[in-house]
Amino acid sequence: MTSDLITSLYVFMLAAFVGFEVIRRVSPLLHTPLMSLTNALDAIAVVGAILLVGEHKSGLSTVLGTLAVMAATSNLVGGFLITDRMLKMFKASKTKKP
Amino acid sequence: MTSAQIIDHAIQIIYLISTALFVLSLRWLSSPSTARRGVWAGELGMALAIGATLLDRGIVDYTWIAIALVAGTLIGVPLGLVQMTAVPQRTALSHAFGALCVTLVGTAEFYQLAPHVPPFMMSVLSMEVILGSLTFTGSLMAAGKLQEVLPQRPITYKGQNIVNISLLAVSVAVAGYLVMHPDHTRLFPLIVAIPLLFGVLMIVPIGGADMPTVISLLNSYAGLSAAAMGFVLDSKLLIIAGALDGSSGFILSVIMSKAMNRSFTNVLFGAFGQVQASAAGSIEARPVHSATAEEAAAILGAANSVVVVPGYGMAVAQAQHKVRELYDALTKRGVDVKFGIHPVAGRMPGHMNVLLAEADIPYDRLFDMDAVNPEFPQADVALIIGANDVTNPAARHDKSSPIYGMPILDVDKARTVMVIKRSLSPGFAGIDNELYYLDKTLMLFGDARAFVGDIVRQLTGEGHG
Repeated sequence: MTSDLITSLYVFMLAAFVGFEVIRRVSPLLHTPLMSLTNALDAIAVVGAILLVGEHKSGLSTVLGTLAVMAATSNLVGGFLITDRMLKMFKASKTKKP
Repeated sequence: MTSAQIIDHAIQIIYLISTALFVLSLRWLSSPSTARRGVWAGELGMALAIGATLLDRGIVDYTWIAIALVAGTLIGVPLGLVQMTAVPQRTALSHAFGALCVTLVGTAEFYQLAPHVPPFMMSVLSMEVILGSLTFTGSLMAAGKLQEVLPQRPITYKGQNIVNISLLAVSVAVAGYLVMHPDHTRLFPLIVAIPLLFGVLMIVPIGGADMPTVISLLNSYAGLSAAAMGFVLDSKLLIIAGALDGSSGFILSVIMSKAMNRSFTNVLFGAFGQVQASAAGSIEARPVHSATAEEAAAILGAANSVVVVPGYGMAVAQAQHKVRELYDALTKRGVDVKFGIHPVAGRMPGHMNVLLAEADIPYDRLFDMDAVNPEFPQADVALIIGANDVTNPAARHDKSSPIYGMPILDVDKARTVMVIKRSLSPGFAGIDNELYYLDKTLMLFGDARAFVGDIVRQLTGEGHG
């Protein structure tokens, strides 16, 4: 194993801990938007797919990469859009009861 | 430094900023008041990362990138505009797309590297492809069940778990062989195809009520497969985004399995269908008290405090807007109305909250199980709309009940319990709900939307007269 992979493992472990701490604080109210937002963020995989298509190394990688970019893009566009639509609906009581 | 090196460094710095924005995005989601800021942070991080990637010197041709980005946007926009009741199946579908992306990239990477794939690389690549494939078909199946294009009833057969676990074991074994002999490229399609089949079979025995757990679990798998892809591509950004998504799905799965009193191993091995199999309880005909909308309205109107317990039935009947009218009518009369929401109510985590928020019910009136349970002994009325097993007192005392031990909403502690239900048919677990036969329980038979509408009409009619 190279030191690069070890570094990556450290990054993964720390990110998982950060994830646990941050996500534990998310109110159960927002569990549905949480899921759609993490999904949209997960679509960052599009970055890897873009490089795969752009490097144009083989026909196979271009075809698979193009489909991958499509799948990830639809996730990130749709994911952010619906998360924002959901969150817009969450409103506090306007006035306190007398 | 040459200008090319400067660009390379700039790209890495932008990725770093994107990563920080992603963490902040989830951090801001902790409260509804800052949550939208979280979405904007996520969008900014994403836009920066994609913009930076397009500057990469490795890219020689932009044509197909542009086509794919446009096509993906055209698919994504309608998926972002679905009705709120369709959010569970949309979420399942997006897990499928995420997993598809990961699997495709993993496959392409393998054929680029083969036949000389270092062992560690081959291990993470196998993990990426196996998790990606099974999440892809599993999520498609879940979406199909939620959209009701596939039968919602769990399908079980003898030896199901053995078949499923064997399939998974075979694919792991093939992956292990490939780690040692990556030049046997002909075996690679197997670690895509077998998990694809496994994904289908994994969801076959799962019924609708188990969907919150399953969706969370698939969410976790999708995140882990993306993190594995980050290892393959040596992208810290992707490793972190995948780890965040994976831990989010994991936390939600744990919350959901606790709320259904399933052990986590039970969830991990996908043995969801077992409760149904053991639950062939005999249903005896016992007398219940039923009431009309007029009687229900009289009791509700005279109450000081009411706790509404919504369930999947409210979503099916699309009753959330009528429930808001009821909330308005009662609040206007000075009745204190709260909503008690069980973690597994509906078809995905937080499903009920989204529907009630859509109907404009203020979120400070929505309470989770632990917050609302102490309220029931003081409540005059607990009004149950389309929920069943999460209110069954048998979970507290009946050791023979399949749902024994499951945390429930203590609706039976309210002075009066009202249940809006189509008929006396049992819930998903196939068990009778003893709540319905209590003396304090009034059954309101009918469609949830129509019945709540009738109650509202009674309440507001009286107000005018």
